[in-house]
Amino acid sequence: MKFYVPPQIPRLALAFAIFITLFLVLRHFLVPDTFGKYGHYRAASLIDNAQPEIHYAGQQACFKCHQDIEDKKAQDVHSEIHCETCHGPGEKHVVSSKVEDILKPSGREFCGSCHIINAGKQKSAINQIDLNKHNVGKNCIECHNPHQPWEMKK
Amino acid sequence: MDPHYQHLYDILAHSQGYIFPNEIELQWGILIVVYPFITGLVAGAFILASLERVFKVRILQPTYQIALLTALSFLLVATMPLISHLSQPQRAYEIMITPHSSSAMAIFGFVYLWYLMVVLLLEIWFDYRHSMVVWANEKKGIMKWVYRILTLGVSDISPRTVRWDRKMGYIITVVGIPSAFILHGYVGFIFGSIKANPWWSTPLMPIIFLFSAMVSGIALVMIVYMVITYFRKKVIDLDVLDSIGKYLFFVLILDFTLEGLDQIHRIYVAEESFEIIKLLVSGKLYLTLFIAQGLVGTIIPLITLVFLQFYKHKIRVRKTMYFIVSILVLIGVYSMRWNVVIGGQLFSKSFSGFTSFKVGLIGLDGTLMAAFWLILPIGILAFLLWLLPPWRMVKEEEEI
Repeated sequence: MKFYVPPQIPRLALAFAIFITLFLVLRHFLVPDTFGKYGHYRAASLIDNAQPEIHYAGQQACFKCHQDIEDKKAQDVHSEIHCETCHGPGEKHVVSSKVEDILKPSGREFCGSCHIINAGKQKSAINQIDLNKHNVGKNCIECHNPHQPWEMKK
Repeated sequence: MDPHYQHLYDILAHSQGYIFPNEIELQWGILIVVYPFITGLVAGAFILASLERVFKVRILQPTYQIALLTALSFLLVATMPLISHLSQPQRAYEIMITPHSSSAMAIFGFVYLWYLMVVLLLEIWFDYRHSMVVWANEKKGIMKWVYRILTLGVSDISPRTVRWDRKMGYIITVVGIPSAFILHGYVGFIFGSIKANPWWSTPLMPIIFLFSAMVSGIALVMIVYMVITYFRKKVIDLDVLDSIGKYLFFVLILDFTLEGLDQIHRIYVAEESFEIIKLLVSGKLYLTLFIAQGLVGTIIPLITLVFLQFYKHKIRVRKTMYFIVSILVLIGVYSMRWNVVIGGQLFSKSFSGFTSFKVGLIGLDGTLMAAFWLILPIGILAFLLWLLPPWRMVKEEEEI
C-alpha cells in the first residue's frame, strides 16, 4: 500500500518554509548596520547615547574656580557630598559663569530633605534634626556653613 | 528650578522613609500590569479549550472554538503593552531578529512565536479547514477568495483527509498544553527570577501566575460564551455554565491555596524583608490585595461557587451569578497582577522606605493606552467570530 500523505501537510510545510525564508530575508535587511561591531548590540547606539545635552559638570569643574570651597569642604562632614547635589546641574553655570545659572538653595526645608528626622535612616550615618523643635524660625545657614557644617557662624 | 529635575523633587515629596535614588520613579507602570494579565487570559482560555479536546469533556464543546478564538485575539495583542511601554515601536522588532540567549525577554519572543504560529494558528487552522473549504464553495465574491486563501488552496475534504485534520489538531493540542504552561510560566519566571526583589523572588511565582492565568482565562471564556449566546438570541446552556463553573471553582481553590502557601511561607520564615512587606501589604496594597484580590476576587467568588454547587437556584439567578462571579474573578486576577508588578516596586530595597505611584492618564504609558490594549482584543474577537463563526461550522460525524 502506498504511504498516504494528507494534502494539507505539504501545503502547510510550504507556507512555513515561505514564512521562515521571508523572516530570514527581512532579518538580513532589518539588522542595523553597526550591530555586532563591538558586541551584541548596535554600535551606533553609543553615538546616540553621547548626543543628549549635558546638564551636570562634575565637581572637578567647580573646583577649577571655587578652590576655597574645595578646601573648606574637605575639612568637614560634607566632604563626600558633591557640589551639584545641592546646587543642581552646573554645566550651564560652568559655561556662562553667571550667578543666575546656578541654584543657591536656602531654607529649612531644603536642608531637611536630607536631615529631617527619619526612622528609616541610620542616626550614625546622618545627623537628623526635628525641624519642629530645632531653633524654630531660624534659617539653618544663619548658624551652619553648608560647606563646613560644624564651623559654626557667630 | 531647572524643569528637567523639578519633577524629581515633586515625586520625592511623596516618598516615605529612606529610598535609593533610582527607586523614586517606578520603571514598570500600568502597561506592565496589563501585559501579564492579557498573557494569562490567553493561556487560561487555551487550557479550557484543551479540556474539551484532550480530556474529552464533551459538555464544554460549545465553548471550544470560542475559547480558541478568544486566546488568539488576546495573543495577537499580548506584546503590544510591552512595545508601547518601551515607547520605541520603531525598534521593537529588533528583539526578535537579534536575540541573545542571556536575555529573558528575547527568549520570550520565541516562546510567544512558537505558541502563536505552531500551537494556536495551526490548531485553529486544522479545526476550521473543513468548514473553510465548504464556505469557500458556498460564498461569492471577495469572501470566497478570503476563505480560499485561508485554506492555503487545499480543497480536499475527503473523509480520510478530514480525519487527518482531526488527528493533527489533537497532536497540536497535546503539544499546546505544555506550551501554554510555558508561555505563562515564563511570565511568572520573569518576575520570580529577580532575586534582588523579595516580593517577587520566589520559585512559586511561575506556578502562581499559571493558576491565576487559568482562573482568569476560564472566567473570560464564560463571559464571552454568555455574551455571544445573548447576542445570537439563543438560550445559554446551563449545563455548560455549570461545568465551566466547576472547573473555575477547582482552579480557584488551587490558586487560592498556592497564594496562601506563599504568604504563609513568607510570614513564617520572616526574612529581613518581612517588616517592610508587612507595611506594604497593610498600607499601600491594602485595597488591591485584601479587598480587590482577596475578598472581591477570591473569597466572594469561592463562596458563591460553593453555593452554586449545592443549591439549585432558579436558572435566571444562576446565570446572573455565574456572570458576576466571572467578572469578580477577572477583577481579582487583574489586582493580583497589579499587586505583583506595582507592589514590588513601591518599597525600597533598603527595606526602610516607600516611593509612590500615580497612574498617568495619557501617553504611551498611561491608563487610556492600557484600556485600549484591553479593548482591542475584544474587537479582534468580534471580527474572528464573524469570519469564522463556530456555530456555522460543518458538523463532522463522531469518531467511532
